Amino acid sequence: MEATINNNGAGDAAIVVRNLRRRFGRQQVLNGVDLACPRGEITTIAGPSGCGKTVLLKHLNMLLRPDTGSIVIDGLEVTKIGERERDEVREKFGMLFQAGALFDSMTVFQNVAFPLVELTALGRGEIADRVAETLKAVGLQGMENKFPSEMSGGMQKRAALARALIRRPKILMLDEPTTGLDPTRTHQIHELVRATQRQFDLTAVMVSHDVPAVFEYSDRIAFMHGGKMEINGPVEQVMAAHNEKFELFLAGKASGIDGPPAAVAS
Amino acid sequence: MIERLGAVVIDRVAALGDFVVFLAQALFCVVRPPYKFRLTIRQLRSIGAESFFLVALIGLFTGMVLGLQGYNTLRRFGSEGALGTVVALVLVRELGPVLTALMITARAGSAMAAELGSMQSTEQIDALSVMAINPIQYLVSPRVLAGVISFPLLTGLFDVIGIWGGWVVGVGLMGAPGGPFINGIRQNMGGHDIATGIYKALVFGVVVMWVCCYKGYNAERMATGVSRATTNAVVLSSVLILMSDYFLTSILL
Ligand SMILES: Nc1ncnc2c1ncn2[C@@H]1O[C@H](COP(=O)(O)OP(=O)(O)O)[C@@H](O)[C@H]1O
Ligand SMILES: [Mg+2]
Repeated sequence: MEATINNNGAGDAAIVVRNLRRRFGRQQVLNGVDLACPRGEITTIAGPSGCGKTVLLKHLNMLLRPDTGSIVIDGLEVTKIGERERDEVREKFGMLFQAGALFDSMTVFQNVAFPLVELTALGRGEIADRVAETLKAVGLQGMENKFPSEMSGGMQKRAALARALIRRPKILMLDEPTTGLDPTRTHQIHELVRATQRQFDLTAVMVSHDVPAVFEYSDRIAFMHGGKMEINGPVEQVMAAHNEKFELFLAGKASGIDGPPAAVAS
Repeated sequence: MIERLGAVVIDRVAALGDFVVFLAQALFCVVRPPYKFRLTIRQLRSIGAESFFLVALIGLFTGMVLGLQGYNTLRRFGSEGALGTVVALVLVRELGPVLTALMITARAGSAMAAELGSMQSTEQIDALSVMAINPIQYLVSPRVLAGVISFPLLTGLFDVIGIWGGWVVGVGLMGAPGGPFINGIRQNMGGHDIATGIYKALVFGVVVMWVCCYKGYNAERMATGVSRATTNAVVLSSVLILMSDYFLTSILL
């Protein structure tokens, strides 16, 4: 079956990626990625590890520039914009990095409060309330004064999720939010992402290995393989399509295009 | 072969360009709002806290050695009275700024390179960027500014303690005349000598912060990235301190 890409809806898609290519040295990591993330929906990107999911997210949030191709966010072509415009687009983002990327010189409270302290005019009391509320939502109440180094990987990830959510972003990007969490926590995080998404009508792009559990909380699936989107569409449609590579992947038998193992957790 | 050489040259020139642009951005962000007063003060505190006692200790012993060597040399010419002048001028014009800069590099500069390097390798710097916070303005500018402020102050500390150390050894221990020690300094050390020391300290402050921040900020994302960045930062800072010292001296003489 053809990749089902929502090409007609560029107008109502928050993110539209067309034919994105990027190579590192000899390795063609992104080899013509097409993706559309409709506004107000959760798009889950799945795929074998090392296939370029993180690299794709870093193009969406403009940490990396593509060799060729286009990325349109809220109607704005972002691959060639200047610094000021780029920062304006980024104000809409909440990003959870794969390894958390918490500031290790700051406590959990300071980390989560950071975007509010630096980028808004909210008062202390209000910031404290918002932080407490968000920490409670990710199950980290009482951890305000811990440093990231004093917490487990799963707790760090939840703190990082709280930081990504604190400014109530319009577009949420999550790089493996549940990897390393136990099933109960995984379930809670999925519920939280879904609830937040509904409450604020935000658009979410999530990279996840929790297949097929995560599909229950997703509106769309994009399956990445060989530097492209093998399939991309609404969950039921993708599941009904019985794509061979996708089913192998779900059965845990996907042959990745694993190059040499990444030197970093990126 | 020639092609490869060309590629290497282009690489090097590009890296040098990067290095210069980095400082230009940092300096630009010092004057552009929003100002980061709190961060600058935090950096001042950490440079001061890390380097204060080290600078004082090295200053003391440098002064004491100068007192000892100076006394023994000057005695051969029967001019022990010039000891104060010699110790003070050598410290204020030369050893104060240079040794202070080297000590701050070893202590605070290396810590800075390691800190920024680890922030780079764990994507904390990327996290700042994605939050629409300029990481150069947030991380580098306050450090450069703190360097410009703290280097002259710590150099002054070094000089004062060093002169005192020279007095203790030269006058107190070796028996050089105490009156001429003080009077010599009063009469022979002019504003120009002090200005020379301050100019040097200012330049070293920028150079050390520039190099240490740049190396940390651009640490490679590998297991050895942070330690390599730290080593490179200390070595390059030290080399640049001594090289720029020569040129500054020849200009300011
Ligand atoms: N900055 C980089 N420089 C060179 N290669 C990179 C870089 N970032 C990622 N890669 C390579 O791109 C490939 C895809 O990486 P990544 O996107 O992290 O995979 P994943 O799908 O598991 O998130 C890997 O082989 C990795 O080595
Ligand atoms: Mg990844």
